[in-house]
Amino acid sequence: MAFSRLRPASGPAPDGDRDSWSTVQARLVSLRSGDESAFLALVSEHGPWMLRLARRRALSEAIAEEIVQESWVAVLRGLDSFEGRSSLRTWIFSIVTHISSAQFNKEIRSVPFSAYGTEIAGPSLEAGRFQNASHPEPGSWLTPPPAWDESPEQSLTTHEAQRTIGSAIEKLPPAQREVISLRDVEGWSATEVCNALGITETNQRVLLHRARSRVRLELETYFGAEASG
Amino acid sequence: MKVGRERRRTLVCQELVEVITDYLEGALSPGDRARFETHLAGCELCDRYVEQFRRTILQAGRLRAQDLPDALAAELLDAFRGWRG
Repeated sequence: MAFSRLRPASGPAPDGDRDSWSTVQARLVSLRSGDESAFLALVSEHGPWMLRLARRRALSEAIAEEIVQESWVAVLRGLDSFEGRSSLRTWIFSIVTHISSAQFNKEIRSVPFSAYGTEIAGPSLEAGRFQNASHPEPGSWLTPPPAWDESPEQSLTTHEAQRTIGSAIEKLPPAQREVISLRDVEGWSATEVCNALGITETNQRVLLHRARSRVRLELETYFGAEASG
Repeated sequence: MKVGRERRRTLVCQELVEVITDYLEGALSPGDRARFETHLAGCELCDRYVEQFRRTILQAGRLRAQDLPDALAAELLDAFRGWRG
């Protein structure tokens, strides 16, 4: 591979992404010289998450793919002016977001910014699962989490369990879905997610926690159904 | 997030399930962190819950292992050739 994945001596990019400014510059040199393998490496690194992001927005798969294509055109056009103030993926994220709303306004569902503040009320696990104040130990488990019986057919790693996680994430309210997708599916850092979405660390954590709690609960239901069925 | 009332010494299960992400992200105060760990050490059910929570996080990361559709990758390469030219 023509470019180095090493961090420069000056340290990592501000929010912890591996793509520092100097790495991007090295890539840009390769790209300008027409190095298709450099481009394909960039696409294989960033293309899949861009497509998943576009799918969360787009009302159809065709539109999601169009958003990705248009975003890449914008990325190529803009690489020259990318200054490395944010990480490369936070920058690409903002491009996908912009392209989605500017060019595909009618074919997307956007995440209303207010959702990042309103989806955080209430408990992550319903109060009915715990003993109430009349119990000698209020707040202890009334309906505890059942053990997950993970025989090979039922384990978390099966296609079925993975599908359960995927559809649980899809069913989440939009802000929670966005945060858990970036943090737990894509593996972004908390700082990157806060930068990309323009939300506070605290909000990010609350949304993430609610999302994770919900997905765990769906898995509990999945394992429960497997056990009784 | 602050756990319970200020003078509270222990953490109950219902509170613990609300602060797992705060715990995992290192966002609890040292006192709350100690209360969390003390509770977990003595509560099999919360220990199970937290373990399931961790495994949920790990498994969500497996959804990342998807490639771009070949046709889309080919179109992007075309766009790149157009960009150079």
